[in-house]
Amino acid sequence: MTSASQTVSSKPQLQEHTRSGSISARKWISRALIYTILILLGITWIFPLYWMVSSSLKDDPQIYTVPPVLIPNPVFWNNFYDAWTRFDFNQAAFNSVFLYSLPVTIFTLISSMIVAYGFAKIPWRGRDALFWVCIATMMLPWQVTMVPLFIIFKNLGWINTYWPFVVPSLFGNAYFIFLLRQFFLSIPEELSDAARIDGSSEFGILWRIILPLSKPAIAVVLLFRFLWSWNDYLGPLIYINSEAMQPLALAIYRMRTLALSMGTTSMAYPHLMAVSTLVALPIILIFIFAQRTFIEGISTTGLKG
Amino acid sequence: MAVATASRRGMTKTEKRNQLMGVLFISPWLIGFLLFALFPLIASLYYSMTNYDFIRNPQFIGLTNYVRLFTVDPDFWTVMYNTVYYVGFGVPLGIAVAFLIANLLNSDIRGRTLFRSIIYIPSIVPAVCTAMVWLFILNVQYGAINGILKTIGWPTIPFLSSPELAKPSLIMIYVWAQGTAVVIFLAALQDVPRSLYDAALVDGANAWARFWNVTVPMCTPVILFNFIMGIIAAFQDFTLPFVLTGGGPMKSTEFYVVNLYRNAFVQFSIGKASAMAWILFLIILVFSVILFRTSARWVYYGGEK
Repeated sequence: MTSASQTVSSKPQLQEHTRSGSISARKWISRALIYTILILLGITWIFPLYWMVSSSLKDDPQIYTVPPVLIPNPVFWNNFYDAWTRFDFNQAAFNSVFLYSLPVTIFTLISSMIVAYGFAKIPWRGRDALFWVCIATMMLPWQVTMVPLFIIFKNLGWINTYWPFVVPSLFGNAYFIFLLRQFFLSIPEELSDAARIDGSSEFGILWRIILPLSKPAIAVVLLFRFLWSWNDYLGPLIYINSEAMQPLALAIYRMRTLALSMGTTSMAYPHLMAVSTLVALPIILIFIFAQRTFIEGISTTGLKG
Repeated sequence: MAVATASRRGMTKTEKRNQLMGVLFISPWLIGFLLFALFPLIASLYYSMTNYDFIRNPQFIGLTNYVRLFTVDPDFWTVMYNTVYYVGFGVPLGIAVAFLIANLLNSDIRGRTLFRSIIYIPSIVPAVCTAMVWLFILNVQYGAINGILKTIGWPTIPFLSSPELAKPSLIMIYVWAQGTAVVIFLAALQDVPRSLYDAALVDGANAWARFWNVTVPMCTPVILFNFIMGIIAAFQDFTLPFVLTGGGPMKSTEFYVVNLYRNAFVQFSIGKASAMAWILFLIILVFSVILFRTSARWVYYGGEK
């Protein structure tokens, strides 16, 4: 990502020998072209998010004007507060954070680490065969098991609770088991052996040797598991059926249905955009502060956002 | 051989201990696999051969659900056509755009991190939030794009409200959210050895020839990876079509999983939904196998023939 690893495809052009025209002119033109395309692409890509944020700062007249208002004027900062309190998003935020995302993320990390350790650091018969089964489950579409799981959890009385998300997270996640196993394999065996000679148990080795050395991989697991639960829509749609238990994703959808039925003087769009901005904001902030972890997680394992 | 001898003479104390500890460590995954993957998978296969509505006991009817889906079901082929359209145009287009953007980002430019972030962020913010923004932007009356068209006196475009344009509109949003693929491609491009480009330059290859004869062959494994994962993911897309169009207008965006969800949790046709789930499972399986099998012919693995 830094200058050391830059310029695979265009630097050779600099050394290219052309009979006609100067090298610097060609280089200048090609660079200008690349910048132009990139800036146009960048504007296109950022526009929807810009529109989300700018619309959340407008009032209704600015929303419904033609030509569209590019920069809100005057700016309505109050929209964020009004929109948030209008549909009691505090409850939804609490559900999203404390009932869903945090427990699921933490339990997935712990269980996946334990399983990954068993697949990476202890030699035992049948290990590789089972590991292949574990990898194969990544290809299993969630929709295939969706209905029977619903029936199981329904019979357990877990409808309208977060147990259908929290309990399975105690049993590891194939993606993260794979990711952590690959990482654990790169940790020299000598370290574990030394600890074994000192009488450390396998759990002790995991806790005192492997864990401190695996921070980058752990960060990837925490990040992506949090992201997936924060963004999850279909899961809560199936299991959560009361407004009080809804996570943010469902609450936004409910707000959309209500707000848009209220007409053009109800601040429907500004409020909808304000809430969407606030729900997207934690993810964007996490990305800004943990950009490297994101990029490494994707580049090494292809984890989807 | 080693294993066979070991088992004949029994395991040593350490081997026994390792066997026990290994199985113990991976047991959370194994239990989870049996409870939350294998059992539901088999149950789903059973339900797919029954008539079941969550209330009365399942009635075994053999392959009738499958036969009905393929022959008399009014929606199945529409849903299949919609999904194949979406996957068939969306995935290749998404990969092509992502690969081109990655190549642009890989040239000698300033601000690569900023551009990469702008391209990547749409793929991690909650799909509900982006769905809300796109719903607004593409709105016929109040949307930004149609606002601009009105300003310059052009006819408006019913992006999401016309059956002809709804699918292309969703594909456009799909391509917009392919930042993950861009990051993966960028990482792959940075791994292409400089020496190959230098050799191509010595041979007098121009930029275009270098792109086709060095960059593309060196990146085929990662293109294949993105292609498989892209097909699998796109076949299962739910949130965006569900929130944006709810399957409409006139079922033009009724995609596979949207329809499956509706059959299971709105119509309570569990048998039919389970049959659909198994068909989806087989489709994804076949795609994975075909792609992995044919990959040997066109994927360049460095060093191998």
